[in-house]
Amino acid sequence: MTPRTRAVLRKELRDLRRNKFIVATMVFLPLFVILIPFLSVLGVKAGDPESTVRNVVGGASLSFFLVPLILPTVIAGYAVIGEREQGTLEPVLTTPVRESELLIGKALAAVVPCVSIAYGLYVVYRVWVVSAAVPLVQHLVNQPSQLIAVILFAPLLSTFSIWVGLAISVRSNDVRVAQQLSGLAALPMLGLIALFSFRILTPTVTVALAGAVLLAVIDLAAWRLVSALFDRERILTRYGSA
Amino acid sequence: MDAPAIRATGLTKDFGQRTAFRDLTFEVGTGEVFGFLGPNGAGKTTTVRVLGTLIRPTSGTAEVAGVPLAEGSGPELRSLVAVMPENPGMYLRLTVYDNLEYFAGLYGIPRSAARERILASLDTVGMASRAGDFAGSLSKGLRQRASLARTLLSDPRVLFLDEPTSGLDPVASREVRELIEGLRTHGVTVFLTTHRLEEAERLCDRIAVLNTTLRVVGRPDDLRRQLFESAIEVRTARPLADPSSVFGSVGATGAWTQDGDGVYQVRARDPATVTPELARALVAAGADVLRLAEVQRTLEDVYLQLVNEDVEVQR
Repeated sequence: MTPRTRAVLRKELRDLRRNKFIVATMVFLPLFVILIPFLSVLGVKAGDPESTVRNVVGGASLSFFLVPLILPTVIAGYAVIGEREQGTLEPVLTTPVRESELLIGKALAAVVPCVSIAYGLYVVYRVWVVSAAVPLVQHLVNQPSQLIAVILFAPLLSTFSIWVGLAISVRSNDVRVAQQLSGLAALPMLGLIALFSFRILTPTVTVALAGAVLLAVIDLAAWRLVSALFDRERILTRYGSA
Repeated sequence: MDAPAIRATGLTKDFGQRTAFRDLTFEVGTGEVFGFLGPNGAGKTTTVRVLGTLIRPTSGTAEVAGVPLAEGSGPELRSLVAVMPENPGMYLRLTVYDNLEYFAGLYGIPRSAARERILASLDTVGMASRAGDFAGSLSKGLRQRASLARTLLSDPRVLFLDEPTSGLDPVASREVRELIEGLRTHGVTVFLTTHRLEEAERLCDRIAVLNTTLRVVGRPDDLRRQLFESAIEVRTARPLADPSSVFGSVGATGAWTQDGDGVYQVRARDPATVTPELARALVAAGADVLRLAEVQRTLEDVYLQLVNEDVEVQR
């Protein structure tokens, strides 16, 4: 990471911490999301059919991925348009910072807290399952493939989500619209994860690793797209005065 | 002799069918305060953006701080210049110090040196005591000063100031002007776009008037001489009985016009020589002279003359 990327990351985290809307979203969205797996797993009884239990656990694990997928879009929507709205983007673009340094700094500022929150929620969930869930639920949740999926998929989904959000942010001129569009655009990725969570693809370690590689390739393609879209001239003159 | 801080040759920028500016050719000397004047939409801000490598020129070449405008030279050029846009662009949820610390990082100033540099910049604009204030709590004038402090962080060779006093009250404007005058003593080249002609006249060594094309470049005094003939204003208590004979008796005077009862303007190539002769001729003609002085043309006269010429041409 270059010193300039570090500077962007530090400033973004500082600014986000003081943005009440973002802070509220980062607190309440995960709380809302975690209720789904907690309550659904709580409802499983020892005699329930295995297929039903698998579906419940699948739905629960899928809901964890909502946090790294949706939360970054809230931040990304603000990343470019928010700056343009308050007139801070032009002074930044007059400095020697390169587009890649700026974008990576902004992306990290969204990915790091979102992935941290996702991991934290998953730890709480695992502790909850181990201490309160029936043995079949424990067995399904404790599969190594599940753990690998969460560890690898969360940052990769977050990264995808932030690139989508930034791409829309660069092309849009309204923070709210950008956030909503970004959320919608990132959702199809949930379908890919559902194949794994609901065992349509057998959840083995190999499948989890292959899924992670696929996500990484998609992330790379999305990064290239965002880099191409982030053009100083277009950003400054399309909606601003020339 | 120092190389020019800015050199533009045939610089043109089009946005689709619309031309922002065309065929700009000018030089700005090192350490010079250069005023860039023009009506709204004349292309001033776009010129600053092109010279600051924010947007690409359609054609032409330019060199800023010795670095040519070229694909890939942006980061190097931007490390040598600083741009203060019209909007101060401060992060309102961050303190003034945090704002400047961010930009110090973007300019690649090591964190160990940043603190001293930030405090020195704030001190230069008289805001050292406001470092801990949130930018959102500052008045527009203070934000503008903080923005100026931000541009000083990197110790730039060329400073682009885009309408630095726009929207400021007279006191805040004067403070910003004093800061710009202070920069001159530090040898920084300042490229100043402004609508305020008195500001340009007071601050700038040379000015350029832009209205899509460059209309003139020069020192305010030279431009006045180029555009207006020298004239002497004569005011007498009563209208002269025969002005032609009075003004015609003075050798070096040219045509004269009457602007009202007892008010005349007499063209003269060298007012310093002609004025005493004219005084004697008026007294000899029995006139009660109230005023006899060279007509002072302001930069505003120069500017309006040029802009009105453009309006006439468009008609």
